[in-house]
Amino acid sequence: MKALLICEYRQGKLLESTYELLAFADVLAAERVMLLVGTEAAAPKFDGKVYLADSGVYGEFNPDLHKRLFLDVVQKEHPDYIVFIHSPYGWDLAPRVAAALKAAQVSEIIGVKEGKFEVPSCNAKLRRLVSPRSAQVVLTIQAGAFSPQGKPAGTPQIEQVSIEAGSSRVEFIGYEAAEKKEVDLAKAEVIVSAGRGVGKKENVEVIAALARALGGELGATRPVVDAGWVEHTRQVGSSGQTVSPKLYVACGISGAIQHIAGMKKSGFIVAINKDKDAPIGEVADVLVVADVMQFIPALLARLKK
Amino acid sequence: MKILVCVKQVPDMESRFKVNSEGVWYDEKDLAFKLNEYDEFALEQAVRVKEQLGNTVDITVLSIGPDRVVEAIKKGLAMGGDRGIHIKDDHPWQKDPWQIASVIAAFARDKNFDLVFTGLQSQDRGSAQVGGILAELLGFACATTLVAFELNGDLVTVRQELDGGMCAILKFKLPAVVTCQMGLNTPRYPTLPNIMKARQKELLAFPVTNFIGPKNLAATERMYLPEKKGHGLVLEGDVNEVADRLVGVLKEKTTVLR
Repeated sequence: MKALLICEYRQGKLLESTYELLAFADVLAAERVMLLVGTEAAAPKFDGKVYLADSGVYGEFNPDLHKRLFLDVVQKEHPDYIVFIHSPYGWDLAPRVAAALKAAQVSEIIGVKEGKFEVPSCNAKLRRLVSPRSAQVVLTIQAGAFSPQGKPAGTPQIEQVSIEAGSSRVEFIGYEAAEKKEVDLAKAEVIVSAGRGVGKKENVEVIAALARALGGELGATRPVVDAGWVEHTRQVGSSGQTVSPKLYVACGISGAIQHIAGMKKSGFIVAINKDKDAPIGEVADVLVVADVMQFIPALLARLKK
Repeated sequence: MKILVCVKQVPDMESRFKVNSEGVWYDEKDLAFKLNEYDEFALEQAVRVKEQLGNTVDITVLSIGPDRVVEAIKKGLAMGGDRGIHIKDDHPWQKDPWQIASVIAAFARDKNFDLVFTGLQSQDRGSAQVGGILAELLGFACATTLVAFELNGDLVTVRQELDGGMCAILKFKLPAVVTCQMGLNTPRYPTLPNIMKARQKELLAFPVTNFIGPKNLAATERMYLPEKKGHGLVLEGDVNEVADRLVGVLKEKTTVLR
């Protein structure tokens, strides 16, 4: 069995998540071949074949051209599996490659069981075991689910790959960073974060009051930031900041994987949620089953004593 | 301009889920269903295009599923869609994303749509595949995970969200399929007059068998509840007692209250 692993590269650098692909291929016990649209200097540290397409020619983020490059290498290598990280890059490209190959795709794999793939459903409240029915299969793996053992090492055997660049329907103009991080949550010892369960913008003040009472900073989940209840600079999660305070208090946060990725390394986690089955409970040291707007005032009264 | 918006109806994610008797999907009994959140952003963006360009824009709202999904279509019509398409399928979860995309493509192929909006993913299955496959099947340009969308003539400029707060700026020409991420816009609430108006709008139903093409490429063998990791302490009951206990735990296990 052979796995073609699609590296991620951004602004001149290989993304570390690339090494998770190697760890996953080991779980499959598959032969590993990598493919990078980037530069030779950023090639992964790996003793094996790496197909390299020049990002100067094909663009760092040009889904149309990248798809055609991947299909070209698939033709050469005939891999059983084509593996992406379940990231915006993987979301974008995996289904197009799968459709072009008429191959099954299994998304957001967290484990391999009985030769089938385990994936989360319904905000991680359920799991599915999926079996592909096509000869070639496209897979995306959940970021963080397969950890590399030890430091990456090795010298790749580079093979250049090129296609007729020709016309691409989609033009990559460039990157844009989100707003500057005015609040550096990474330095906070205590973070008290508001999720959608706080109900409305006016209630955020109660969460902020708890943050002050504990000598910490206010954080928030993405939906709360998008609703304009809390400024973006306080967003915790994979599209915001990654934090590891001594104490993290998650208020009305169900625990989407993107949020958990940003706070699971906290020293001690308290979750306050009226839904006892909320996935945040999986990472919490203490789960308080209560409505945040009833519980936090009671907690504040005690902290003021 | 003809716009297609593909929407799905999903259970409220705060529900308590049970596995169905076949053991391959969740039991729908006792679940409250609603419009998939990501599809609300798709609908809102389509309506904004119509507001930008005026009444030359025609918006079709499509959903696949049992009769309950008519509610999701009607919400789309109340937000500003012009006509609804209900593709009737009592067991849509038995179709993998490839088959679902194939059904939509079979419906859309001869309709000359210029622009297809859908959500980045569904909240229940969460595969994030249908939009990309659909673009491939229709031979349209494609951009995913959008947090900004701008249309000038037949030229589209988008911000596609990447990880860590970065975005890619992409430009392409219609026709296109785009998938919408949270943060793209704030979906409007349908007003009562618009809900009333939506009742008069065309809503056609077709059996899914009209559009069936290829077979599934993947199958769910089993669905199950995750094993509970021995997660920490669960505190419930009277809020005052629980608050006392939590303060005790924080004093014992952390240094923040010292």
